[in-house]
Amino acid sequence: MPLILDHISQIYNADTEHPVKALDDVSLVIPEGQFIGVIGHTGSGKSTLMQHLNGLMKPTSGKIFFNGQDIDDKDFSKKELRKHVGLVFQYPEHQLFETDVFADVCFGPKNMGMSKKETELAAFDALRKVAFPEDLYYASVFELSGGQKRRAAIAGVLAMKPDFLILDEPTAGLDPVGRYEILDMVAGLHKESGITIILVSHSMEDVAMYVERVVVMDHGKVAFDDTPREVFSHSNELEEMGLAIPEPSKITRKLIELGIDADPGVLTATEAADSIYAALMKNK
Amino acid sequence: MDIVKTDKLVFEYIRRDEEGNPVDVTTALDRVNIDVKQGEFVGILGHNGSGKSTFAKHLNAILYPTEGKVFVNDMDTMDDSKLWDVRRSAGMVFQNPDNQIIGQVVEEDVGFGPENLGVPTKEIWERVEESLRAVDMIDYRKKSPNKLSGGQKQRVSIAGVLAMHPKCIILDEPTAMLDPSGRREVIRAIRGLNDVEKMTVILITHYMDEVVHADRIFVMDKGKVVMQGTPREIFSDVPALTKLRLDVPGPTRIAWELKQKGLPLPDGILTCDELIKEIQKCR
Amino acid sequence: MIRDITIGQYYQTESVMHRLDPRVKLLGTLLFIIALFSYKNPLGYALGIVFLFAVIKLSRVPVKFITKGLKGIVIILLMTVLINLFLTPGTTAVAIGKLTITYEGLAAALGMMIRLILLIMGSSIVTLTTTPNNLTDGLEKGLGFLKVFKVPVGDVAMMMSIALRFIPILLEETDRIMKAQLARGADFESGNLVKKAKSLVPVLVPLFVSAFRRAGDLAMAMEARCYRGGDGRTKMKPLVYKKRDAFGYLILFSFVGISIFLGRWHVISDFFNSLYVNYILK
Repeated sequence: MPLILDHISQIYNADTEHPVKALDDVSLVIPEGQFIGVIGHTGSGKSTLMQHLNGLMKPTSGKIFFNGQDIDDKDFSKKELRKHVGLVFQYPEHQLFETDVFADVCFGPKNMGMSKKETELAAFDALRKVAFPEDLYYASVFELSGGQKRRAAIAGVLAMKPDFLILDEPTAGLDPVGRYEILDMVAGLHKESGITIILVSHSMEDVAMYVERVVVMDHGKVAFDDTPREVFSHSNELEEMGLAIPEPSKITRKLIELGIDADPGVLTATEAADSIYAALMKNK
Repeated sequence: MDIVKTDKLVFEYIRRDEEGNPVDVTTALDRVNIDVKQGEFVGILGHNGSGKSTFAKHLNAILYPTEGKVFVNDMDTMDDSKLWDVRRSAGMVFQNPDNQIIGQVVEEDVGFGPENLGVPTKEIWERVEESLRAVDMIDYRKKSPNKLSGGQKQRVSIAGVLAMHPKCIILDEPTAMLDPSGRREVIRAIRGLNDVEKMTVILITHYMDEVVHADRIFVMDKGKVVMQGTPREIFSDVPALTKLRLDVPGPTRIAWELKQKGLPLPDGILTCDELIKEIQKCR
Repeated sequence: MIRDITIGQYYQTESVMHRLDPRVKLLGTLLFIIALFSYKNPLGYALGIVFLFAVIKLSRVPVKFITKGLKGIVIILLMTVLINLFLTPGTTAVAIGKLTITYEGLAAALGMMIRLILLIMGSSIVTLTTTPNNLTDGLEKGLGFLKVFKVPVGDVAMMMSIALRFIPILLEETDRIMKAQLARGADFESGNLVKKAKSLVPVLVPLFVSAFRRAGDLAMAMEARCYRGGDGRTKMKPLVYKKRDAFGYLILFSFVGISIFLGRWHVISDFFNSLYVNYILK
């Protein structure tokens, strides 16, 4: 059951002097099981895009299909869509409202019409999947650290048992270790339960190591849609869009210009070091 | 001369039960000695919860030491009669750009500090203009802050502090909520202040690449200063930083890994250009 | 939806109205309202409408932008109109079952509607052309005499100014939290009133938490910038009356005086009454 965006455009403030084209004729197919990174700087349209995938906005033109059905059809239930497509907003911990963590995680599945038993099982399962500390299941959300709150909030969406999970800047405001912990956790979800992940971020470095497909948004359009390696090979265009390519790749590229035969598609520091070392040894 | 000096600064959070008896004591700062000289650019690093923000709040007399002393421009922050002199000497920029802008128009916000200090009207205008110029936001002086990007809002906040003519400016994770281009513009503005205006800067952050150009770096963990030195000294010890839940700048990490493989690279490479130059020497 | 509310917003442009001293505008609003409620004949309303549109024209704020603000009060407007329409005693014009509409009711409802619309548009013009800081400065200075009675006018003015600045931020936040809870399957539309009210808990709790967090942050930022209450502060933009303000007062007082005089002038009222008695009733 793929999610399909068919020529979506979104115009804000259409009736004023300064209409803003947030999305401009975007077409995307998101098959089940992929791990996708959506990258773009603030205002590139990526946040609008993901709200469309969750039926939170009506496109100015174009259609969105889920399971072969137009999601803006009158007889299509948005709730049903949201059950299958989970959306985690930026700073999701700001939506926690229940007295304790467990009750908050139960909110989603309860809304989806699950029975009490199903709801509780789903909540436990979700909290376990995000590796939330067990002794804090019944703690007040105000007693948690920043990273724990974020996990709890992600569990709240995961508990609805979605097939697609969209995360908007899930690492915003976290320190480096907290960042990797969340990204590793998300990658683990993808690996273990085969859930489709759409990771929305402005940081190339965050997504480079994890995803199999990168969609780059710029001025409301899809600028690139390919494997990370292929996308990062367009370093000049990316920099023009205000997106910094990962430093390891930037360095190997410069070395290539200087005649050192390193790999331009490296994504991590370790890969870069390996490739530079190999290139230097080959010359000797 | 030391603009900021702390002497065995200790700060404890005490949690009390309903009757007011202490139940739990958390030592947020543990005998911290940090000194900052006039004109320096000092970076304070640490992961979330390392005590670095608690430290920052002591420099502006928002928090007071449980033990030890904090001196700002030779004034003891505990001295109540000096409170406002301390606060005008140590300007603070906070993390959330939305929650520190008071004015509805950019220039009015920048004027807020001088107004509080009782600066005459004509001089407020001069200060607002020069401060907005220093952060390159003069073209936005009549705009509403709500219409600005995160990076622009933080630059307005910096201007708001500058207009108070502080002795030093303390930035508490000013880029944590910004996107990469916002981060770049704020860091550029901060470096400009230090380079051009010779402003003393204390930058608190968990992004390593932002303090590569600092004069000195202090690394905090569990309320203690665990490392201090020049960026080169600090970043040459990659394993120690990793243990402290900190990242190292990309080029530094690659250089370190290459060194482990046996390449004769010097310690503490900080920038891409340095790394490339050194690698070329190895050919 | 929420963003349609324009009351309390500032519209940025250059105009005479924008440059006018806020005290003139505030007193102007007050007098305009008094005038509106003193009119007894259609000429008064006509003068009020002409004056308002002249002011709007001068402010260079698009009329559409101002009328948008009326959407928010449609319900209040309808209720007032209905109450006036059905509950004013007098000569019956139409009878629907037990409900009767009188000619007097029609006139009262129409009058009240015009009054309310003019009132809202008139006060929106003030906020649209005055920055909140300027507005609170005006209030602070205009109400400065209250300090004698130990009213902390300066602090209250600061509080108002901050509240105004945070309205758009909190509205945006509400929108975001609502969307986030929708994504978790929340339903804000179906069910009766009690259920609807209950469904707002997941929005209101995070909203309050966030508002308190912001308030804490802001208080700290203000202290860090040496805010210590209203005393001893200087002003970046002190209020000084200029020539145009004197001119503004002159126009204002002339309008109010003349329009009240004409709007209540019994000769004109009598004329309309005789028209009404002679042509409509017969």
